[in-house]
Amino acid sequence: MIWNKEYECLPRKKLEELQLERLKKIVNWVFERIPFYRSLYEKEGINPNKISSLSDLKHLPFTEKDDLRKAFPFGMFAVPLSEVVRVHASSGTTGQQTVVGYTRNDIETWSEVMARTMASCGTTSEDIVHNAYGYGLFTGGLGVHYGAEKIGATVIPMSGGNTKRQVLVMRDFGSTVLTCTPSYALYMSEVAEEMGIDFKALKLKSGAFGAEPWSESMRVEIEKKLNLEPFDIYGLSEIIGPGVSAECEAHEGLHLYEDHFLPEIIDPETLEPLPPGEKGELVITTLTKEATPVIRYRTRDITSLNYEPCSCGRTLVRMERVTGRTDDMLIIRGVNVFPSQVEQILMEIEGTEPHYQIVVDRKDSLDVMEVWVEVSDKIFSDEIKKLEVIEKRIKEEIQSQLGISVEVKLVEPKTIERSMGKAKRVIDKRKI
Amino acid sequence: MSIKQISVFLENKEGRLWEACDTLGRAGVNIRALSVADTEDFGIARMIVNNPERAVEALKNGGFTVGETDVVAVEVPDKPGGLAGILEILKDAGLNVEYLYCFVGTEGKGAVDVMKVEEVEKAEEVLKEKGIKLLQPEEVYNI
Repeated sequence: MIWNKEYECLPRKKLEELQLERLKKIVNWVFERIPFYRSLYEKEGINPNKISSLSDLKHLPFTEKDDLRKAFPFGMFAVPLSEVVRVHASSGTTGQQTVVGYTRNDIETWSEVMARTMASCGTTSEDIVHNAYGYGLFTGGLGVHYGAEKIGATVIPMSGGNTKRQVLVMRDFGSTVLTCTPSYALYMSEVAEEMGIDFKALKLKSGAFGAEPWSESMRVEIEKKLNLEPFDIYGLSEIIGPGVSAECEAHEGLHLYEDHFLPEIIDPETLEPLPPGEKGELVITTLTKEATPVIRYRTRDITSLNYEPCSCGRTLVRMERVTGRTDDMLIIRGVNVFPSQVEQILMEIEGTEPHYQIVVDRKDSLDVMEVWVEVSDKIFSDEIKKLEVIEKRIKEEIQSQLGISVEVKLVEPKTIERSMGKAKRVIDKRKI
Repeated sequence: MSIKQISVFLENKEGRLWEACDTLGRAGVNIRALSVADTEDFGIARMIVNNPERAVEALKNGGFTVGETDVVAVEVPDKPGGLAGILEILKDAGLNVEYLYCFVGTEGKGAVDVMKVEEVEKAEEVLKEKGIKLLQPEEVYNI
C-alpha cells in the first residue's frame, strides 16, 4: 500500500522542483541559525542565496559525524530548546554520542515518513504492530510507534528484551506485523522453538527489519523460520531515525523519501559525486528538518541509487540494500562500536598500546564479539588466576563503557595477523 | 638463594607445548621439571631448567611470552605425611602457597617439591629453621 500517493508518486520533474525549493530554504535556514554552518560557509565563500539548481549541491561542504559530536549536546540545534519537543541520541557511548532534536513539525515529518515505511511494509489500520525496537534515546522504538499509530494500526509497544514474553504476546495478542532488528527476529524464532511455539501458528504476515545490515540469505532464513514477509527498512538518527527509506512489495531496493531527504552517492576517496547506479557512500541532505538539519551528511554507508521506475508505482529513487561502510564502525546487536574505543579501554588497563583483534560472528542469530588480546611480557603472570583477572577486567570495562558484552581471549604474541606493519583490527565473520 | 622458574604463555592449541620444548631443546636447554596449568583458552607451562638465562633468551627469540619467577625448592622426605609436614610449617607461618609441583630427582633419594609462595625469603627462612633441606639453584638445575 502507498501511504501518500501524491508525494511518493510525484513525476521526477515536479519532485526536483520541490527539492530545489526546499534545498534553498534549508541552506538559508542552517546559515542563519547554526554557527557551525555560518562560519563554514563564510570561510568557504558560499552564498546560500546563490543556489539555483540541485547540481549546486556539490559545491557545499560535507557534514561529518565528528562535526555533530563536537557540537555535543545541543550545538547543532537550529531552534531554541523551547521549540524542541523531543531529543534522541545515536547508540554511541558516553561522550561520543550525537544528540538530535525534533520540533513539533519534525515529529510530524517523522511520523509521515514512518507511516509511509510501515505502509510500504504492508501495514494497514487493521494490523497489530508488535514493536520490539528499543524505546528510549534510540530512535527505533518511537519512530515505528508514531508511524504505525498514524496509519491507525494497533501498536504494542514491547521494546526489546524479555524474549519469551515477546513470543507469548505475539501469540496471545495476535500480532500481524513485527518490527525489530533482523537478528533479533531470528533469535525470537529460536526462543519460540524452545518454548514449543510454532511461528506458523501465529498471525504474523510481515516484518519491518532494520537498524543493522543484513543479507539476502538472512531474509530467506527469516521468511522460512518466522513465516512472514520480511522488509528492509533504513534510517539513521542523524537524518531522522528510521524512515529514510524502505522496501516495497517488489523487494528491489529501498524507496528513499526524496521530498524530505536529498540523496547523493559519492566516491569516498575523491569525494566527487558518482553517477546513478554506481556504488559509493550515501550522502544525505535533510530538506525539511527544523531542529537538527544537516547538509550533505556523510552516512558512511555504501550503497547505490536506482532512478528507474518501480513496479509498485512509486517514483521515488531506490537505494540498494547497504552492503558495507567506509569507516571501521561495527554494529553489534544494534550498538555502534569503533575499534578505537576498544583500543582506548585496553590502553587504560595495560598502560600501553596493545595488540588486539576484534572478531565478530553471529551465533544463534545473535552478534557475538570476541576481543583477542596478545599477552605481552607486561601483563603475563605465571599464575592462571592473575591472567583470568585481566580477562575479566577487560570484559567488564568494555561492558560498562560500550554497553555490550564481549568475550575476551588472551592469545600469544604475533597471533594477530599484521599486514604492511599494521595489524588487521577487525575480522567480521557475519555473512552480511 | 631462590630458584628461577621459567613460565611460558601457551595458547590452547595443538603443537604449542611441543614448539616451546623444541625451542629449548635446540638451544641445548634441559628441562628438569615441568608443570602445565590450563584453562579453556590458554595454558601456562612452568619449568625448571638447567640454564634459565639461555632458556629465556631462546624462548623470547622464538616469539614466546616468558616470565621468570622465584620459587622455593625443597627435598620432601619419602614417607607418608612428608609433604604435609612442609605445608604445615608454611601454614603456621601464615604463608600462602600459590601452586606447587613435585618431581623425583635422578638420585632417587626423595622427591623435590617446587613451590610458589607469597614471600619467598620468609618461606625459605621458616623452612630452614625447621630443618627442611632447601635445594640450592645449582643443585636443582643440575639434578
